[in-house]
Amino acid sequence: MNAFEYASPQTVQEAVELLGPGWQDSAVLAGGTDLLSLMKDGIVSPRRLVNIKRIRGLDRIELIGDVVRIGATVTLEQLLRDATIAARFPSLTQAAAGVTSPQIRNMGTVAGDLCQRPRCWYFRAGFGILATGPDGEPLVPAGDNRYHAIFPEGQAYYVHPSSLAPALIALEATVEIHGPQGTRELPVEELYRIPGSNNERELNLGPREIITAITIPANGVKNATYEVRQRQLLDWPLATASVALRLSGRKVVSARVVLGHVGPRPRRATGAEAVLNGAELNEQRIEAAARAAVQGARPLSRNGYKVQLAQVAVKRALASLA
Amino acid sequence: MLKADFLKTAWPEPGKRIWIGKEVNRIDGVAKASGRAKYTYDINRPNMLWGKFLICPHAHARIKRIDTSQAEAIPGVRKVEIVQGEGSEIVFHGDEIALVVADSEELAVDGVRAIKVEYEVLDHVVDETNLDQIPRGNRRPGGRRRTGNVDEAFASPEVVTIEGQYGIPMITHCCLESHGVVAEWTGDDELTVWISTQNVSGISGQLANALKIPAGNIRTICHFIGGGFGSKFGPDRWGILAAKIARELNRPVKIMLDRDHELLSAGTRPSGFARVKLGVDRKTKKVVAWESTLWGTGGPGGGGTSISVTPYIFTRIPNQRREAYNVRANVGPRRAWRAPNHPQGAALTMTALADAAAALGVDELQFFLNNVDLTDRPDVYTQELLIAADLIEWRKHWHPRGESGSGPLVEGLGISMHTWGGRPHNSQALVHIYPDGSVDVQLGSQDLGTGTRTVIAIVVAETLGLKPEQITVQIGDSRYPPSGASGGSTTVGGVSSSTRRAAVDALEQLFEKVAPSLGVEPTDLVARNGRILSKSKPDLSVSWKRACRTIGMEPITGQGRQPDPEDQPLASQGVGGVQMAHVVVDKDTGVVRIKRFVAVQDCGLIIDLKTAKSQVYGGVIMGIAYALYEECVHDPITGRRLNPNMEFYKLPGIGDVGEIIAHMMVGKVTVTAPDGRKITIDYDEPGVIGLGEPPVISPGAAISNAVANAIGVRVPRLPLTPDRVLAALAGKGGLA
Ligand SMILES: Cc1cc2nc3c(=O)[nH]c(=O)nc-3n(C[C@H](O)[C@H](O)[C@H](O)COP(=O)(O)OP(=O)(O)OC[C@H]3O[C@@H](n4cnc5c(N)ncnc54)[C@H](O)[C@@H]3O)c2cc1C
Repeated sequence: MNAFEYASPQTVQEAVELLGPGWQDSAVLAGGTDLLSLMKDGIVSPRRLVNIKRIRGLDRIELIGDVVRIGATVTLEQLLRDATIAARFPSLTQAAAGVTSPQIRNMGTVAGDLCQRPRCWYFRAGFGILATGPDGEPLVPAGDNRYHAIFPEGQAYYVHPSSLAPALIALEATVEIHGPQGTRELPVEELYRIPGSNNERELNLGPREIITAITIPANGVKNATYEVRQRQLLDWPLATASVALRLSGRKVVSARVVLGHVGPRPRRATGAEAVLNGAELNEQRIEAAARAAVQGARPLSRNGYKVQLAQVAVKRALASLA
Repeated sequence: MLKADFLKTAWPEPGKRIWIGKEVNRIDGVAKASGRAKYTYDINRPNMLWGKFLICPHAHARIKRIDTSQAEAIPGVRKVEIVQGEGSEIVFHGDEIALVVADSEELAVDGVRAIKVEYEVLDHVVDETNLDQIPRGNRRPGGRRRTGNVDEAFASPEVVTIEGQYGIPMITHCCLESHGVVAEWTGDDELTVWISTQNVSGISGQLANALKIPAGNIRTICHFIGGGFGSKFGPDRWGILAAKIARELNRPVKIMLDRDHELLSAGTRPSGFARVKLGVDRKTKKVVAWESTLWGTGGPGGGGTSISVTPYIFTRIPNQRREAYNVRANVGPRRAWRAPNHPQGAALTMTALADAAAALGVDELQFFLNNVDLTDRPDVYTQELLIAADLIEWRKHWHPRGESGSGPLVEGLGISMHTWGGRPHNSQALVHIYPDGSVDVQLGSQDLGTGTRTVIAIVVAETLGLKPEQITVQIGDSRYPPSGASGGSTTVGGVSSSTRRAAVDALEQLFEKVAPSLGVEPTDLVARNGRILSKSKPDLSVSWKRACRTIGMEPITGQGRQPDPEDQPLASQGVGGVQMAHVVVDKDTGVVRIKRFVAVQDCGLIIDLKTAKSQVYGGVIMGIAYALYEECVHDPITGRRLNPNMEFYKLPGIGDVGEIIAHMMVGKVTVTAPDGRKITIDYDEPGVIGLGEPPVISPGAAISNAVANAIGVRVPRLPLTPDRVLAALAGKGGLA
């Protein structure tokens, strides 16, 4: 690990001022469960770490009117145990429970989960976020891609690792961002982007910006997450589905279906949503929606099985609400 | 003092055992759980330096240029040692190129990063699954064997032919404590090494050759070890370098491998693949013919594929034709891995047999029972098969292959069988009885976590009529009398024999001292319950403590050795085991879970039932790991290992192993065989036999068979990951 400066500001304002203009200048440090591994492996080498855990008020979950506000440094464990969340957003509770390591849940934060870097084994071995070989060729399509995207985008074959993001997107959540220009809000759905080169990041976030909170409308949608994992011990999901349905009786007024671990961004399955909108939630519809969810998948040489897993995840998430 | 030699060393009769065969807690359990137990990793010496290796990122390359100047310029970096210099050919990802020794671990890492190496990248072979695609130069014949007449057997109209292909990949030992050492010179030619090793008494000799100092001047210490599994017998490159550089810089040097380095370089278990053709007699349902092509890789040097273990156990199949190939691949080099060759043998044989049973529509249990006479111990296996079947409730849960209901969750049962030697290794022991009544025992042995300390304490306690916690066990130091390396399940037989003899010898000397004060002959005495008693005058006795006051100034020293040509053997070899798995498979996701796992095992006379069962649990868990999770993934393009970490090199957690039932065969066991014959075996009679290897051999095959039973098709190779289970269900199962 290269030498670095460490700053531990008390306010968001100070934190923003401590951040530099380039990614190599500084990094926001939350639980550190991802950042420290990246630094030890030499994948990132920020010159300064700005710890945000001492900033007051970022570690609370509040119900304000009909909006639930989750502070950026709320830990996954806090999220998992929160009654407000469990009552309204079981989908989030289920996603947090899927991180089956108490150590990671106690240290890892909600914003850190959204901003963590992909686990692509080429990226983590130093081949860059787009996993390119010595001649600039992409390594993933001809390499071992068993855990990679079945919905690749452009040159990006990695899958985004966050389990919370698909659930939050289904729930139409928004992130609150502080930067040198002040505050802005962004739907979680728009937080992710496809890097054009190995020098770019996969977030629509600048190096001087900090996520301070996530807000979710508490509007009575029924919601659930289903994750396919091989192990009970801490393990990355192979595919996940988060669904949120506005129901009137058994009729779906509107649906949001989001797949995780299938592409470089959480993937809205708009085809599945169309199948569900206005329809009765029954077994056939669920089957049809699950099929529609994976339509257009472009699996790689070794990950065709994930198409089925994504389909099963959608089916089981929906079935749990029927 | 003259050795009187009047007590028998033979193990006490079943009814007279106080500790032997009981469930005794580990005497070092609290030390381990509380962190008081110090592993090599925990050793830090004043003024100590840290070493870190630069490892090769390529599977096959030639070193063109190395520039260490920037590393050397870092303040605090004391030494940059080139391990493999310019011009060297490197044959696997992870091999050591250079070592940086610095004031701290972090500085050593900085130094490693500052070294510039230019490589010429060469072609590699990292995929051995398809024998026909392996370049000729990387493929070496590994033998051919023939018995009977296979062609005739297969041609017979009475014979049904079943064909299949099976595979078990290369895995690593993945010791939780990585390999490593702390070396400190205590004089010009006097060295102490703390080393994570399975071979406390054997390290000094190996180091002495490299360092050119007398072996007796080297003290090797390893009190606790975080796993070895066959990969920690030598000082290794890092041990020798640590010692050399410590001498040169006159400061202690510590090197512990990083996790990636450990997984890449510190040992692998060779892979095994086979195409198998079986012939079974239509009427008798006996296997009459076996034909197999076997191959696998043991790394750059090849080797590790043994023609003698496939078919495994069922060696008496009358007609056989087998051939084997060793593949040289640019992957981590092999080291002995718990029961070398046997897990491969089981995974390639028991699967084929189960497929034959399924093809013939025969109950797998009946099929194995029906064919046990093709093994070397039909009676043992018959007993164990029947006992295991009861424990797994075979009759209740078994169904013909694939007939498991319509839901996505399906269940299945599977069987495997195994054998192992487990002979006692050489061992010497000293038992001291002190005038204050305290007792210690010294051996240059090691406790790999198997319970060796506890076993030694039990043997001394049993012999002297004391409690195990009254015995101080001193092992893990080469200053104690030499004992063999702990490999091949040889420790328990070795140390229990030498310890027993030493304790008997000490007790005889004590009796000689005590007898006069009691006015009896030494031969009239026994030690029991913390007292010395007269056999002829039952009221005559003295407490252990008082008895020891007669010793005088110098402690009594009892000596024992294994083997001892003047004594009858106390240990032996040759065991059998049967394991059965009950799995649940989600047919929609391909996820396999273990519901129950039964391990029935014989290992001769058991000293500590609790740690023996623990050994079985550990072996089974390690087996579940390679059955469901473990594999070394190599990138086809770069040849690099993609998962040298514990994130994607997957091991099970406690929630993944299901219910494990360990059943030990002890004492006289009588079972009625299917043909009505009563079989009685005394399992204690052969004496002590090792247990480290046997329980890890069968899980791969048993679980694979259970999954086939559940889903109706064979998943041809391990590990049984969701992608492979789904592929097999879709009719696309292969060896990849
Ligand atoms: C083996 C393993 C398995 C795992 N399994 C799962 C899983 O199944 N599902 C899942 O979702 N996660 C999983 N995790 C990941 C874990 O949840 C994340 O590491 C954790 O949530 C990250 O939070 P942190 O606070 O530690 O982030 P840090 O490591 O502190 O930061 C991570 C990244 O986010 C940036 N960052 C952090 N906070 C902010 C902020 N407020 N504003 C802007 N940028 C910020 C940091 O600069 C850094 O780049 C797993 C991790 C491991 C090691």
